[in-house]
Amino acid sequence: MKALSPLLAVLAIVGFAVVGGHTHAGLVFLAVFVPYAAFAVFLVGFCYRVARWAWIPVPFRIPTTCGQQKSLPWIKPASLDNPSTGWGAFRRMALEILLFRSLFRNNRARLHDRRLVLGEDRYLWLGALAFHWSLLVILLRHLRLFVQPVPVFVSVLSRLDGAFQVGTPALYISDVVILGTLVYLTARRFRNPLARYLSMPIDYLALFLLLGIVTSGLLMRFVVRVDVAAIKQFALGLAVFRPVVTSAITPIFLVHLLLVSALAAYFPFSKLMHMGGVFLSPTRNLANNNRSKRHVNPWNHPVKTHSYAEWEDEFRDKLKTANLPLEAEDARQITGH
Amino acid sequence: MPDKLLAIEQKRPEGDWRDAKVEFRKGTICYSAAPKNITYLSLPNPREWQPFDADWKLPPNWKEIILKGMKERLRKYRSFRLFMEICVRCGACADKCHFYVGSGDPKNMPVLRAELMRSVYRRYFTLTGRLFRALVGARELTEDVIKEWFYYFYQCTECRRCSVFCPYGIDTAEITMMGRELLDLIGCNINWVMEPAANCFRTGNHLGVQPHAFQDSIQFAADEAKEITGLPIEVPINRKGAEILFVMPSADYFGTPHYYTLLGYLMLFHEIGLDYTVSAFASEGGNFGLFSSHELMKRLNAKIYEEAKRLRVKWILGGECGHMWRVFHQYMDTMNGPADFLEPPVSPITGTHFENARSTRAVHICEFTADLIHHGKLRLDPRRNDRWNVTYHDSCNPSRAMGLLEEPRYILKNACRNFHEMPENTIREQTFCCGSGAGLGTDENLEMRLRGGFPRANAVKHVREKHGVNLLACICAIDKATLPTLMEYWVPGVEVAGVHELLGNALVMTGEKERTTDLRGEPLVREEATRE
Repeated sequence: MKALSPLLAVLAIVGFAVVGGHTHAGLVFLAVFVPYAAFAVFLVGFCYRVARWAWIPVPFRIPTTCGQQKSLPWIKPASLDNPSTGWGAFRRMALEILLFRSLFRNNRARLHDRRLVLGEDRYLWLGALAFHWSLLVILLRHLRLFVQPVPVFVSVLSRLDGAFQVGTPALYISDVVILGTLVYLTARRFRNPLARYLSMPIDYLALFLLLGIVTSGLLMRFVVRVDVAAIKQFALGLAVFRPVVTSAITPIFLVHLLLVSALAAYFPFSKLMHMGGVFLSPTRNLANNNRSKRHVNPWNHPVKTHSYAEWEDEFRDKLKTANLPLEAEDARQITGH
Repeated sequence: MPDKLLAIEQKRPEGDWRDAKVEFRKGTICYSAAPKNITYLSLPNPREWQPFDADWKLPPNWKEIILKGMKERLRKYRSFRLFMEICVRCGACADKCHFYVGSGDPKNMPVLRAELMRSVYRRYFTLTGRLFRALVGARELTEDVIKEWFYYFYQCTECRRCSVFCPYGIDTAEITMMGRELLDLIGCNINWVMEPAANCFRTGNHLGVQPHAFQDSIQFAADEAKEITGLPIEVPINRKGAEILFVMPSADYFGTPHYYTLLGYLMLFHEIGLDYTVSAFASEGGNFGLFSSHELMKRLNAKIYEEAKRLRVKWILGGECGHMWRVFHQYMDTMNGPADFLEPPVSPITGTHFENARSTRAVHICEFTADLIHHGKLRLDPRRNDRWNVTYHDSCNPSRAMGLLEEPRYILKNACRNFHEMPENTIREQTFCCGSGAGLGTDENLEMRLRGGFPRANAVKHVREKHGVNLLACICAIDKATLPTLMEYWVPGVEVAGVHELLGNALVMTGEKERTTDLRGEPLVREEATRE
């Protein structure tokens, strides 16, 4: 039942869009004010969160090493999974961010007849990777609504994405993939007993918002068709801060727009910040050159230690009995305890 | 072999994880730290108490202390704040934890172990948490939460296996370390960590061995090495002007089977004529401070460089120990360096410059020995290890906080003739913990240790049945102390040894008498193998 409150929240947003768009004032509020406000919250919030992380020191260099270190010249180091240079760490990060390297390792531990069996399990990796890449493609495709003339790479991308010409308008591969992966990721939270146990309402909220956005987008394209040229006119107006509310803003478009705004405004307050955070993770973005290059801790304050002199003072008799060399024959005044 | 083995089950988790009630049951927890140890280390709130007690005698302002401690640490450690904020709860880590696999307790899934703290973080440090509470997974900080933290942060061995699989590299070890630091602030810590730490602070080593006793046990080992080889093996102690300071975990000179590894070191050093010294002050490379707080780690580690400086050595050689190497590799130089009074390490035998250690100036014994073998400086007769069919357990810290994977294997393959790897996803960076690290290796915690060690034992069982493996080699003092129990329980017939024990067996020393026993004093059986 943890999924109920987020579901209601998303439905409420949909309701607002449908009801609120009936008056002109409502339309201006929902189609102009809310998107601007949401975008501002996103921008400021995202930057604030990333800056706050960046501001905090990394006192120790703590990479998680996932392969052979660089040590003796005749032992081949794992330069990607255990980088010893900044360039290596950069490549490790690239693999992590572009291909989800760590998630690719995933396996599944199952008990079978009192034995632990570790089986391959790449579904989560595949689902997550396909979801994120298709999301990126869709975001880029949307640039054609905000930029005039449409950049060449956007047109090319759209053409490639629609390469499997199925009916008109073309069904984009990314649309199919994102819907499929979102359904998979949502179903996983419901069906996998562990995932269900650890999931919280906010975990469903992000999924439901995205599902709502994708569904409304697809509906606009295939079922409740909208006037794309007019939408583009509106979007261009938003982009240059001269918004014009037109009849193109149909309820279904408003639903789409409002859900996107909700996601954007929610973003900086949520786990979706992993988008920025992944770049800053100290177990991944640092080279494992700990012993060859000193890492400085900016707040390395002094601590109370037990010095050799104090130790010798305490155990002098025993050191003498054992004939071990001494620094001083008798106890001295100790400084710097 | 016990009559009835522990039932290992994966149950369907039920209920709400935010319910903080924990049942403290003997066998699955470690006892509280004795007040004398807390007092000796000048840490807060020394008192008599046990986890079973209803009243933990927390200081009246405990909540304020914890929240203030969290705030301070959120400003000092990017890892801490980031790991509190970016987890998406995908659950990839869930079944990567040996404690989860062995206990079936869903709160041992790394994601939930971290959520125990994240829920409090959200409640007191985020806007959404203050406003929406339970909806965003925020939770009040109550005494029950403190008890839950104590239970689960002392049910994590900081092995970092989950961090290997996390798409954001979230490291539960970092979170557990923070959890334990915070618990320290209100005096909730365990004796198996605090007593060694207090001993170490006073005498220089965890076992509280005083200098004369240190000398005795080192001398005893030297005599035993003498007896086995017939060679005049001497071990210099606190000798100024030696080239190398050799630091080992204290278990090497006080525990079994660690002790045979010590014999191996001593024989190796004698054979190559190493100019070295051991120290009765820096008589412990291990550092139980790591299992308590960054501050205590630094306090205990300070003696290593201090002693190296006092003895005017050129560089430091470190023995077989897992968490000691986590500290040497990832913390020592930052905390107590720079080691500008030492020199970048060069092997006096092969002339190899250990470039990877040129700042810390501390070399791992496996790096040192692998280099010797590679340069043909050692004569080895691997047939002397023929009674062993060996597999290698990567210790957590050298593998996941360092990447020392091939060096020990190279030594083993040169020192033994029968070597078989365990399955791929149970070794190297994916190695399973012994289940007793990070200060949890005490007998009162035996059931949880056996549960946590189950995945490791399971992999050993696999190679035992497939290849007849009867020896589990490793390079960690905690492994050597706790794996024998684990093997006896889950995989009877498998013994545990350090890599340098096997090296010592195989090492053909100049002028040695014909060896009749191995380092364990067991007769050598090589004739049959030779005939094969």
